[in-house]
Amino acid sequence: MWKTFVAWFHRMGSPKWFYDITGRWIPWFAVASALLLIAGTVWALAFAPEDYQQGNSFRIIYIHVPAAILAQSIFFLMAMAGAVGLIWKMKVADMVAKSCAPIGASMTFIALFTGAVWGKPTWGAWWVWDARLTAMLILLFLYFGVIALQSAFDSKQSGARASAILSLVGVVNIPIIKYSVEWWNTLHQPATFTLTEKPAMPAEMWVPLLVMVIGFYCFFGTILMMRTRNEILEREKRTHWVQGLLSKK
Amino acid sequence: MNPKRKKKLILLSSMVAAVAVAVGLVLFALSENINLFYTPTQIAQGEAPVGQRIRAGGMVVEGSIERARDSLDVQFAVTDYKHEVIVKYSGILPDLFREGQGIVAMGSMNDQGDFEASEVLAKHDENYMPPEVEAALKASAETAAIE
Repeated sequence: MWKTFVAWFHRMGSPKWFYDITGRWIPWFAVASALLLIAGTVWALAFAPEDYQQGNSFRIIYIHVPAAILAQSIFFLMAMAGAVGLIWKMKVADMVAKSCAPIGASMTFIALFTGAVWGKPTWGAWWVWDARLTAMLILLFLYFGVIALQSAFDSKQSGARASAILSLVGVVNIPIIKYSVEWWNTLHQPATFTLTEKPAMPAEMWVPLLVMVIGFYCFFGTILMMRTRNEILEREKRTHWVQGLLSKK
Repeated sequence: MNPKRKKKLILLSSMVAAVAVAVGLVLFALSENINLFYTPTQIAQGEAPVGQRIRAGGMVVEGSIERARDSLDVQFAVTDYKHEVIVKYSGILPDLFREGQGIVAMGSMNDQGDFEASEVLAKHDENYMPPEVEAALKASAETAAIE
């Protein structure tokens, strides 16, 4: 088991192999994310019941929660890829980390924006300096920092190293975002989804939410693979196999 | 894993651990300031400064809302089920404001020990439910009360 994992890990380190295998995966991920997102959106907007207190404005949860979950997952993945790049000097890992950053920043922005739109009618304020909201804003700035560092150096390697270290340091923020609503008094309500407990809302509300979350993950997978493939082609353009790809067409 | 990589792995993990400890200590030291609001118990125990702008949070006590007839003045009590604080406010309350609802008010304590709010925000929890379920819950609670 471990051995096959190690073998797979080393093969993934080869840009050509990564390019080939993700080329085969992308259509599956793209179709899955399109189906899940369309089904989830229709279900969430048309069929899921409204909330007894908030009415229809509750439905923004179906964008807000998936985006917030993705924002944190992507940051974690980016930091892990950065660590692999630092320790094993794996170029593909650096490219994955680089491709993660703009997607994660967009997700963070979507979470903050939908949160503000949701906060105005329910709480009565667009923005409150509460621990959850502030930690999420810091996450957005960390993403900006990582993106800026990646292009701040002449050599791609130094940029990758610096941004990997920043993302590893920034990973400390992830548990703070997650537990902020438990550690401190906040205006933000506690988590909608937890791994250990059943959601507090009925199935007809949380099943479409789960569909949206999985759809967002598939969408992220598709975009990440597409971006990484572009990055691979860009950096490996002088190699035989990329030249071969070009001459074939 | 070769020794060089192992060394790097240990170095990186200890760096992350050190940052985590440092941030943890800072947050622990600041924890009082990170709390968005004071609870009625903290106010009753005199932890909240008088005259300064602070936030107070709690549940609106059932039957405590008093509205003025000719103005937007409103007064209600908030509780954390141990202590209560009277909140005075003048303005439009958020849609979710109602008895039994969690709220966070911005303002300051006056000399009488009442909280004069300049802004009231409604807090909601993660227990979303359809209106029918809420009606059913209420109905069953009422029948239970009658029995």
